[in-house]
Amino acid sequence: MNGPKTSPEVGGMGHSLKRKEDARFIRGQGNYTDDVVLPGMLHMDIVRSPYAYAKIKSINTDAAMAIPGVHAVITGDVLKEYNLHWMPTLMSDTQMVLPTDTVMYQSQEVAAVIADDRYIAADGVEAVEVEYEPMQAVVDPFKAMESNAPILRSDKEGKTDNHIWHWEAGDSQATETAFQAADVVVKENVYLPRIHVASIETCGCVASFDPAEGKLTVWMTTQAPHAIRTVVALVAGHVGLSEEKIRIISPDIGGGFGGKVPVYPGYVIAIAASVVIGKPVKWVEDRSENLQADSFARDYHMSVELAANNSGKMEALRIKTIADHGYTDAAANPSKYPAGMFSICTGSYDIKTAFTEMDAYYTNKPPGGVAYRCSFRVTEAVHAIERIVDVLANKLGRDPADLRMQNFIQPDEFPYQSALGWEYDSGDYPRALKLAMEKIGYEDLRKEQKEKRSKGELMGIGISSFTEVVGAGPSKDFDILGIKMFDSCEVRIHPTGKAIARFGTKSQGQGHETTYAQILAEELGIPAANIQVEEGDTDTAPYGLGTYASRSTPTAGAAAAKAAHKVRDKARKIASHLLEVSEEDLEWEVGKFFVKGSPEQSKTIQDIAFAAYTNHPEGMEAGLEATHYYDPPNMTFPFGSYICVVDIDRKTGDIKVRRFVAIDDCGNIINPMILEGQIHGGLTQGLAPAMYEELMYDEQGNILNGNFMDYLLPTAVETPKWETDQTVTPCPHHPLGAKGVAESPTVGAPPAIANAVVDAISHLGVVNMDIPITPFKVWQVLQEKGAAT
Amino acid sequence: MSKYSVTIEINGSNFTREVDSRLLLVHFLREDLQMTGTHIGCDTSHCGACTVLMNGRSVKSCTLFTVQANGKSLKTIEGMENGGALHPLQEGFHEEHGLQCGFCTPGMIMRGAELLEKNPDPTEEEIRWGISGNLCRCTGAVNIVKAIQYAAEKMQKEAA
Repeated sequence: MNGPKTSPEVGGMGHSLKRKEDARFIRGQGNYTDDVVLPGMLHMDIVRSPYAYAKIKSINTDAAMAIPGVHAVITGDVLKEYNLHWMPTLMSDTQMVLPTDTVMYQSQEVAAVIADDRYIAADGVEAVEVEYEPMQAVVDPFKAMESNAPILRSDKEGKTDNHIWHWEAGDSQATETAFQAADVVVKENVYLPRIHVASIETCGCVASFDPAEGKLTVWMTTQAPHAIRTVVALVAGHVGLSEEKIRIISPDIGGGFGGKVPVYPGYVIAIAASVVIGKPVKWVEDRSENLQADSFARDYHMSVELAANNSGKMEALRIKTIADHGYTDAAANPSKYPAGMFSICTGSYDIKTAFTEMDAYYTNKPPGGVAYRCSFRVTEAVHAIERIVDVLANKLGRDPADLRMQNFIQPDEFPYQSALGWEYDSGDYPRALKLAMEKIGYEDLRKEQKEKRSKGELMGIGISSFTEVVGAGPSKDFDILGIKMFDSCEVRIHPTGKAIARFGTKSQGQGHETTYAQILAEELGIPAANIQVEEGDTDTAPYGLGTYASRSTPTAGAAAAKAAHKVRDKARKIASHLLEVSEEDLEWEVGKFFVKGSPEQSKTIQDIAFAAYTNHPEGMEAGLEATHYYDPPNMTFPFGSYICVVDIDRKTGDIKVRRFVAIDDCGNIINPMILEGQIHGGLTQGLAPAMYEELMYDEQGNILNGNFMDYLLPTAVETPKWETDQTVTPCPHHPLGAKGVAESPTVGAPPAIANAVVDAISHLGVVNMDIPITPFKVWQVLQEKGAAT
Repeated sequence: MSKYSVTIEINGSNFTREVDSRLLLVHFLREDLQMTGTHIGCDTSHCGACTVLMNGRSVKSCTLFTVQANGKSLKTIEGMENGGALHPLQEGFHEEHGLQCGFCTPGMIMRGAELLEKNPDPTEEEIRWGISGNLCRCTGAVNIVKAIQYAAEKMQKEAA
């Protein structure tokens, strides 16, 4: 893109506009769910299971009910009266809201106390007496698949094992043949551990049922308010909640990252409590509850094989995965494939033959998983391919950059049909890797590494050249309860030429109030400053499927452009009326129509907006507004190349990320400042699992690090100074040429870091290490190799 | 539950209330006084979203009982603007894109305020260590560092 088309005053695409939403946040005037206070509001707190797997013998609520200020204690038996004790998951599985007889994971909701304030509610939780009969938990999916393992989901009729589903893609036979014939085969087991999104705001809601109107309003930490409204109507229709009487409001959201897509039991209990008691009920979980009970991410055990010929040409890929879904398959995955977009695993490479298969199992761990800042299992797929490419380079004695260059899908091969069924829309992979290599000084770094090695110092360089698949999505691949995954924009131009626009998505920090205004400014010429963007209220916004999977720009962003074009179509008619020329004689340039050949004869969008209410042609409706629902024809395929340099202390195993260069390509850019901010944040959420984070359990299913004291989020000290840049390969099918971006860095960073650490110690015979790669793990390897001196 | 009478100066005004002995300062601010700019992000004093200034020192208001603030002077995010003018830190976070979801921002700003009070010209390293008791999940820290540097520069110019 050659610079912005609009002036800074208009502030269309390509301008680093400062964010509109900042004004309230920097003053502490944001309105998050826990900030919502209603008259007569009660507070809810939750009794949680200390066991991962146990029978509930009895629940005694008498002592809790005796506490002054406690209004109710809700148990599974109470919900059962309303047939609300179970709920469906997005994956057509079932999940307890509250148990009636068995708990299936530690910290599972067992009962809820409703009280005057949060302190009394907590007192009530302490006073609820639950008698459990603990059972031996199944924590490891490999144990869950053993023939003598207890059948965890005995609630499901006819269930005789812990297997959830099998899924496969590609040509098994052709892949086997290619592997048989290959010169070189590499194989590694790669585990992506269970992690948590840990947005700084936890989850919660304020449910307010108005018995007189029969109307339910819920302020809720949700990334998908409309989908929630429909789900509530479908699962609670039998107790009288009808969709026109349900209003879901997503107020300001303190980070989502996929963790605020699922419906957690707490929301349902709070809604039920408000309906039953007839008063507003607030539930906000604390951090420990959030880490211990809300959906996890990843937890994929992958066995990855890559076949190539002696010259390094990749010929076939095969990945077999065991997925641990915990107690129920509650994956936040609206695709038609149980493993989401995992079949993007051939990555940026022209691999003609591939096969992937996966089996999912139940265990006694919290259900999930969420697509944590990643478009449904892309992180897992990218880690597998980017790790195994380095293993192949090591085996062949090839430079990993050189091997990638040799195997990249070439720019002239797009649109590219991947072996596993995707049509990659556009890309220029060599350009991104070349730029990353130039920026970081790749050749010099390799020389330095050689010198350091001769002195016994450990330094590694890691590359990741990933391809993402985002923007869910085309209805052939996606739906939620049959609802297609379009998204929407409704724009109204006021008589004074200012506008309001509403969307079916919901920002959780992405800056939509600014970027959507910029898209409309680009297409209408109305200054972004004069365009008010609203999201998150189902009573006012057009229907949409929400914000996750980097879908907002690919879907709602496109809807904004299309809605603006509809406005322009009407504006052209009004301009032709005002200028007394035919429509065909008019030409559009940012913000105005002018008469071809006499540009002094023109009408601005503001003139036209005024006329739309005051002087529109006879027979035309008044007003200037449009709504568009955009169902994308394809996914968008952002990509990039990242290079990481690490230094390792051979005595302690300490890993220092010396430099990290990230080149991203997300097509045309809406706001470079916001883009860079998104990349910084995503990279840090890639660093986190690569080096620090993993939810850990003992053999009884006790979580070992279920709070911020033990679950280490990187702080500013651990976070390196990210170096970012972009290439621009416009998306051919998006009206603005844009692609989603904010998940690329989360997906692309972990293998770059892992590859750098392995590269630093590859001369010792190390070919693979699972993340998180901690100093202790490195120290252990160095000890083992006799190199920790 | 025993009630205690507390008088606390907050953002220049005195507030006298009867409070439970166990009431956390952060809940007093958020729920008794409806000053909801101070946030709660954890239950182990690690995230710093609840950071306020007490007698000029940054403290985590989730880790203090309200009674411990009796007779003290507090400053919260709501008190950072001066006669309608943004504090240089508030301005810095906006100018340098130092926030995304905004949830950690008030705590970061309050922590930054003490940091710059003690060390008006911090190095990048000092800023990074200085805010390491505050967690941000969105920004990757780079722009928060820049925001604090922006404020440091502006405050030094104003002082000169």
